[in-house]
Amino acid sequence: MAYEKVNELNLKDTELRLGLPGTEQAKEEQEVSCVRSSKRQLQSDNEEESTPPTKSQIVGWPPVRSYRKNNNSVSYVKVSMDGAPYLRKIDLKTYKNYPELLKALENMFKFTIGEYSEREGYKGSGVLPTYEDKDGDWMLVGDVPWDMFSSSCKRLRIMKGSDALVLDSAL
Amino acid sequence: MPEDDEDQSPPSDLRSQPPCSPNKSRNCISSSSSQTFPDHVLENVLENVLQFLDSRCDRNAASLVCKLWWKVEGLTRSEVFIGNCYALSPARLTQRFKRVRSLLLKGKPRFADFNLMPPDWGANFAPWVSTMAKAYPWLEKVDLKRMFVTDDDLALLAESFPGFKELVLVCCEGFGTSGIAVVANKCRKLKVLDLIESEVTDDEVDWVSCFPEDVTCLESLAFDCVEAPINFKALEGLVGRSPSLRKLRLNRFVSLEELRRLLLLGAPQLTSLGTGSFSRGDQSDEQGPPDYAAAFRACKSVVCLSGFRELMPEYLPAILPVCANLTSLNFSYANISPDMFKPIIHSCHKLQIFWALDSICDEGLQAVAATCKELRELRIFPFDPREDSEGPVSELGLQAISEGCRKLESLLYFCQRMTNAALIAMSHNCPELTVFRLCIMGRHRPDHVTGKAMDEGFGAIVKNCKKLTRLAVSGLLTDQAFRYMGEYGKLIRTLSVAFAGDSDMALRHVLEGCPRLQKLEIRDSPFGDVALRSGMHRYYNMRFVWMSACSLSMGCCKDVARAMPNLVVEVIGSDDDDENREFVDTLYMYRSLDGPRKDAPQFVTIL
Repeated sequence: MAYEKVNELNLKDTELRLGLPGTEQAKEEQEVSCVRSSKRQLQSDNEEESTPPTKSQIVGWPPVRSYRKNNNSVSYVKVSMDGAPYLRKIDLKTYKNYPELLKALENMFKFTIGEYSEREGYKGSGVLPTYEDKDGDWMLVGDVPWDMFSSSCKRLRIMKGSDALVLDSAL
Repeated sequence: MPEDDEDQSPPSDLRSQPPCSPNKSRNCISSSSSQTFPDHVLENVLENVLQFLDSRCDRNAASLVCKLWWKVEGLTRSEVFIGNCYALSPARLTQRFKRVRSLLLKGKPRFADFNLMPPDWGANFAPWVSTMAKAYPWLEKVDLKRMFVTDDDLALLAESFPGFKELVLVCCEGFGTSGIAVVANKCRKLKVLDLIESEVTDDEVDWVSCFPEDVTCLESLAFDCVEAPINFKALEGLVGRSPSLRKLRLNRFVSLEELRRLLLLGAPQLTSLGTGSFSRGDQSDEQGPPDYAAAFRACKSVVCLSGFRELMPEYLPAILPVCANLTSLNFSYANISPDMFKPIIHSCHKLQIFWALDSICDEGLQAVAATCKELRELRIFPFDPREDSEGPVSELGLQAISEGCRKLESLLYFCQRMTNAALIAMSHNCPELTVFRLCIMGRHRPDHVTGKAMDEGFGAIVKNCKKLTRLAVSGLLTDQAFRYMGEYGKLIRTLSVAFAGDSDMALRHVLEGCPRLQKLEIRDSPFGDVALRSGMHRYYNMRFVWMSACSLSMGCCKDVARAMPNLVVEVIGSDDDDENREFVDTLYMYRSLDGPRKDAPQFVTIL
């Protein structure tokens, strides 16, 4: 996990860039890091949604050892699904990325979710996974990097039915 | 005391000679013919005397007197400290010191903790344990920090040292519960098994059950970092048959209810307790909530409290009975709000060491300052360790601490906002400070009130805290801050720099001005070849220098390596084609008596 971070980032990370992900420079980054480590390559195969963050995330800063970071992240969160009679609870720490989480939710509530894309959200299935973050705002699951999500997510709500359809078409 | 020393001559040999005044006997020793006292007698006298020397500084000095003293000191040193495992080979250790009972060995540099070094870099314990297995059959204690230790290493250790008593692994990795199981099972004289902040893989082995079934010698058992469930019944049995147990640190897989049961067994003897998860599973309360406070009331000797790994705050008041006795309290895994915190800290008058998360806020720190007049060490960790997080603690908390805790010696403080004024105040209020580590989490952040760099604040710290030996700086810092460090930081041994300084001059000030500097770790700062070259007269006298993401060229690093043959210059992570790389990723260099290491991985180039 730590090792992946080392290779994920360009050493020029101390430069603040305002480029969007998907620009040439970001692509170079990804290529370089793939060449460096096969571990990283496997990871990037799994995380289709993970785009290089627009804000540079620095390796090892602030200097807090990783076991301290893990312990502080919110773990158990309530999950509600529109129309379901009762809520569930899941431990976010048991998932390493979005596909794992979404698969678990699909199994738990017996639904299928559409494919995620940054521009269009979860298209087509009429099911929208959302979450409440630390600030109390409701966000769409999948927009931010996994680590950021798992440490700020307080609860999950799977919207479906008419609410979801309205939002779906609005996106 | 060397039991197996056959030629230990009795004092009567000396007494049969005419009595010598101390002056005369010194003359006798220094005379080249030494007719009165043959060499082996002198050796034995020295041995008997040098045995009383404990401090390694004293021993190092004694060993420089003459060859005889060097030899005898080497025979009598039982505790060896090695600050960098690559500074010498295991063979050299066993050749120089013949009767080692205790080894303290450190491996990776500290920045490896923050993912700045790829895994598999080195610091393997294997060659050390295999060499010592043959040379030190009476080894009793091994204390490792940032070493890579495998299960095989632990097995070899357990098998090779029949009198083994203490194993302490701090920030280590590479082993799992199966290795721990072997140690538990085979080290029958084990007193101390302390796993601290180490990564231990879960091999699904019930290591607690592996301790021998009869009464144990255990005095300290710390496994709070082990991320694996344990067999609680076996643990209960173990605690029950360990009458000497004084220190017990549980991991988060021990619930509050289980803690309560353990305390009922062994509370009165415990001096140090790690409370595990401090939360309950989903169980119904049969007749009202259980009385956890009663269990803590039984802890009459507990002075050191930690744990709270998954704290349920409503149960926190249960620890109130022990608060008045506490000298050390570690809340750094618990998200405690100021309101929950204040009633607790209010009772902790004797507290000397306090670790916590910044969730206690400035308000909580003010409460600490009001109550904990004996405070020596304070560490505040960030609950949300990101650059842009909200910072619940600031200069207000620091100012309060400086005014209330005048005996403060050691500080580690993570925050988002700070002012020069608070640092200046602390420099005047806390003259006993030896360790000052401030981490303003936003990079290059200035004084948030004045907008100026943090130069004056850190300058005041180095100037007024005359006992300062360790410094870590952060925030917006110009070369001026480093000028202060060079001018006033005469006792500084360890310096950590990140995202600071404007030019090579900054590093030059430090290298030229800090004569006691031993450990230098720098990241992401604009220091280049000129600065590196300016320190050449220092590097042999230092334990290590780390510079990552700076402006060092490969050519300059090669020059340094060429000029200093006993310095191992490692370049980590750079590609082979130097042409494309303008700067070296990471430079890690250290002195070594035995040349470059043979176990360097592919991504390390030794120049």
